[in-house]
Amino acid sequence: MITTLAAVLVLAPLVAAGLGLTLGRKLPPGGIAVLGTGGSAVLAVIVAAAAAGDSSRVWQSSTQLTPTGTIPVTAGVFVDGLSATVAVMVTLVALAIQVYSIGYMRHNVRYPSFAGLVSLFTAAMLTVVLSADLLVIYVGWEVMGICSYFLIGHNWERPAASAAAVKSFLMTRFGDVGFLFGIFVLGVAAGSFRIPDVLAAVPSMSDGTLLAATLLLTVGVVGKSAQFPLHSWLPDAMEGPSPVSALIHAATMVAAGAYVVARLYPAFLAAPATLDVLAVLAVISMVGAALAALAAEDLKRVLAYSTISQLSVMFAGLAVGGRVPAIGHLLSHAAFKALLFLGAGAVILAVGSNLLADMGGLRRAMPVTFLTMTVGFAALAGIPPTSGFFSKDAVIAAAGHATTGAGWLVLTGLLLTALLTAAYATRAWLLTFFGAPREGVSEASPVLTVPLAALAVPALLLGFGGLWWTELRPEWGSSLLSVVLAGVGATVSYVVWRADPVRDPAVRLGRLRGLFASTFRTDDLYERTVARGVTALAVDVVGVDDQVVGRAVTGAGRGASRLGGLLRLTQNGNPQFYLTGLLAGVLLIAAGVVVLR
Amino acid sequence: MSVLTVLLVALPLAGCLAVLGVPERVAVWFGVVLTGATLVVAVVVAAVFDYHRSGTVQLSVDGSWIPSIGLRFHLGVDGISLPLVVLTALLCALSAVYLSRPAGAPERPRAFTALLLLTEVGMIGTFVSLDLLLFFVFFEVVLVPMYAIIAGWGGGPGRTAAARQFILYTLLGSGVLLVGLLVIYSQTSTLDMVALAQRAGTGIGHTVQVIAFLLVAGGLAVKVPMWPLHSWLPDAHTEAPTVGSVLLAGVLLKMGTYGMVRIAVPMLPEGARVLAPALGALGVVGIIYAALACLAQRNLKRLIAFSSVGHMGFVLLGIATLTPVGINAALFGNIAHGLITGLLFFLAGGVAQRYGGTDLDRLGGGMLATVPRLGSLLVVAAVASLGLPGLAGFWGEMLAMLSAFRPGGDLNRGLYLTFMVVAGLGAVLTAAYFLVMLRKVAQGTASPRWAGTVIADVTAREWVAWAPLVVLFVAAGLWPGLVLGVTDGAVRGLLGGG
Repeated sequence: MITTLAAVLVLAPLVAAGLGLTLGRKLPPGGIAVLGTGGSAVLAVIVAAAAAGDSSRVWQSSTQLTPTGTIPVTAGVFVDGLSATVAVMVTLVALAIQVYSIGYMRHNVRYPSFAGLVSLFTAAMLTVVLSADLLVIYVGWEVMGICSYFLIGHNWERPAASAAAVKSFLMTRFGDVGFLFGIFVLGVAAGSFRIPDVLAAVPSMSDGTLLAATLLLTVGVVGKSAQFPLHSWLPDAMEGPSPVSALIHAATMVAAGAYVVARLYPAFLAAPATLDVLAVLAVISMVGAALAALAAEDLKRVLAYSTISQLSVMFAGLAVGGRVPAIGHLLSHAAFKALLFLGAGAVILAVGSNLLADMGGLRRAMPVTFLTMTVGFAALAGIPPTSGFFSKDAVIAAAGHATTGAGWLVLTGLLLTALLTAAYATRAWLLTFFGAPREGVSEASPVLTVPLAALAVPALLLGFGGLWWTELRPEWGSSLLSVVLAGVGATVSYVVWRADPVRDPAVRLGRLRGLFASTFRTDDLYERTVARGVTALAVDVVGVDDQVVGRAVTGAGRGASRLGGLLRLTQNGNPQFYLTGLLAGVLLIAAGVVVLR
Repeated sequence: MSVLTVLLVALPLAGCLAVLGVPERVAVWFGVVLTGATLVVAVVVAAVFDYHRSGTVQLSVDGSWIPSIGLRFHLGVDGISLPLVVLTALLCALSAVYLSRPAGAPERPRAFTALLLLTEVGMIGTFVSLDLLLFFVFFEVVLVPMYAIIAGWGGGPGRTAAARQFILYTLLGSGVLLVGLLVIYSQTSTLDMVALAQRAGTGIGHTVQVIAFLLVAGGLAVKVPMWPLHSWLPDAHTEAPTVGSVLLAGVLLKMGTYGMVRIAVPMLPEGARVLAPALGALGVVGIIYAALACLAQRNLKRLIAFSSVGHMGFVLLGIATLTPVGINAALFGNIAHGLITGLLFFLAGGVAQRYGGTDLDRLGGGMLATVPRLGSLLVVAAVASLGLPGLAGFWGEMLAMLSAFRPGGDLNRGLYLTFMVVAGLGAVLTAAYFLVMLRKVAQGTASPRWAGTVIADVTAREWVAWAPLVVLFVAAGLWPGLVLGVTDGAVRGLLGGG
């Protein structure tokens, strides 16, 4: 029963996507999309309620999808507390985005395909969350990649949009290849690609196998979750419309990376070296991205860098053994980040620009957007009592309890990030809503503000729900420290801004600003090495191939005219003679080739 | 029932002769009817086929033909050949439908239809033959009509040279293949492919096996085409008419890999074990080489042609692992490539017809805006071809890499792991060139060159010819068991239970 419901909840958005993409211009596209995602959300809540009622149980189903000649691929679901909870998050956030899009994309001619692709994206993420088979998870994993390609490239007539789309797909696909090989290692070692079988086989796997598997999986996770060194596709992905950003940054795609690590957590725990690697990458990403967010000029880019940074917080939690805090942060982040992106969309629609410099003074003109985004920014900065405070604090506490060397590194990184996050969140908040009141701007329509309000509720209150789990209850020491640091960050931003409200506080960073905003010139480096190297190699290959082909054509032409007469003689209908003649002809050709050289 | 197998070959053959007697204006429709009828026969064969015994040859015919050279008329289908037979019949029928477009009838339609039907005879015959010489005869039958199609109906000034190069290269390959087949015959005194596969090389000495494998696989490799024997392919494709390209990529290339799976690997297992690593190495080199060549390519048709070299590289890698999963990957890859690249060449033909060429710079961008349906189809086909999971291109490539992760028997695992990693990087580069191509052609804004021109979107007849391919590669992508369920049993039988 539960497994059937779970399967239907994955298929509902898929059917909606199929209908939307094929008949989207004949049927009401928004209706189909909301119906598919909404139905899925209802089912997700039912499944989660059942799973919560019996938290130790696991529901699974399996049918063979195809034989392969070795381990078969199976279709089936794997439902437990983790997958059921994340499924609820995915469907609810996706539903809010679909409703919002009806208003936001109303005048867009490409809305039908847009809605269909968002449905497909949702279905792919739900496949990752609920599938029991790792190869089917990989299918969902990559389908998300192509959906993000299409949606980031929504405005494909703009060169920047199509370039960002290609970049996002290629960078994540590079990681995906590693991910696939990681699945091979785990699956072949376990003799099955099914998650329960793989997890059961983890204790019997050798250290080398586990290390190889988890490191390879980490490559894919780093790509999908936009962590250093595969981070630079995410800020560029801002070329997509705001609802797409909300979807990619909150409910799907980037969250998939953290989810998969949590899903296969026993394998990662058995490979401590991988967790250390994850810790180092997470600390680099969280601090680096926070600095970039501090310097960025574009509101959506601030939020994009904050996503990288907040995802790193989840990975930091996972790296120090805090699976529940990490997932807690995944859920609260989904709520407040979706809220922030949808709010940013409303602001951008109102002022007609993405740049912070063009905003300001919107507090009175857009009260609902202001209030809800204030909740979002507070949650991002980790201000009590918002959800972000509870979940981030739980991760910090987990790092404090860790006894390894990585624990200290992670703890330092987290505290520094808490300070920086409050600083950039305050800066963005002030530059967007404060300053001289703006004339001629009005609040967004209810179809936009209702999803904002709906998301503000969990962004504000989800932390109290988390008190149910001991791991998510705040601890005095760490919470006090993080709140003080956040307060310092926010105050510094405020003081600098207050001194000259017209100027961007980031100007004070001086020459460092360019360095931060370009994420320490990593993108330039990739452009100069990888992109140019591959292009040069490609040009060389074509040059060589043309030369070789050119020579072969002339040689073959001459040979053919000499042999043409001989070949004609063989067409006398006698198969025996035909065969003999062919053999002779071949010998002649061979001789001809030798002579012509 | 076995009359069905004969019909598969006899129908197009009879049609090929009969079409010469019908008036020019109905010749194309005659072709549609006959290829359609052949497709119906192929579907009936698939319907009556017993899938529980997919490893056994079914619907077989076995009669003496030319006793003096031991040639027997031995036909039949099993799980390995059935998908290819259906694919061939389908692509031929769709090609005939494509030719029947009001604006697309070829010059000298009678001759063209006859050649199309003769090609079909050879292609289906190759897949249903169970006698080595008969296999070879059908294999050769394809060459001449394909040569004539390229030389006679090609699009550019280089068509004669390209056609010559095609026939010389492939004839050279055929000659080597024939010598290889005769070596097998000289050692075993039988040409019966079923018996030879069951013997699995017993009675053939080690050295002879290696030599025979080199000859057979080497000869077939030209057809595949395996790097560095590929250079006939881009020219042939660029010059060939659309239907010629579709059949060339969709079916002809598969005759090479089919021969390897059917003849080289099972009949010469010791030779295979020695030479498989070389086959795999050349396969993965081909993947990378083709991807790089595509990245800098300036012509859409040439790009698709080169992409075939890369896709066939994955197929070769699968075969080279000598495992059931690898062979399954190869057979699935064959079908997927036939469906997807077949569509891509149809689309390239559609583009060429509308824009008067396939030069990427001349085409400019914005196809999604000017001809939204054609542009969308191009996007879908490109995405399928880059191996997106959920579409058919994925399973063949993924399983080929999986098979390289754990190659068969005593093959060097480290070497195959290297192959796997190289193939994986090739998959990234494959995505790169397709997306770069889409960015140039489908996305962006239309070039001012086409400002005054009215460019028609996909016509009804084109939909009929193209939609089945889309439906099938989506279906095989969502449910790979559609093909693998048929091949798996036969492959395990072929490799002795694997």
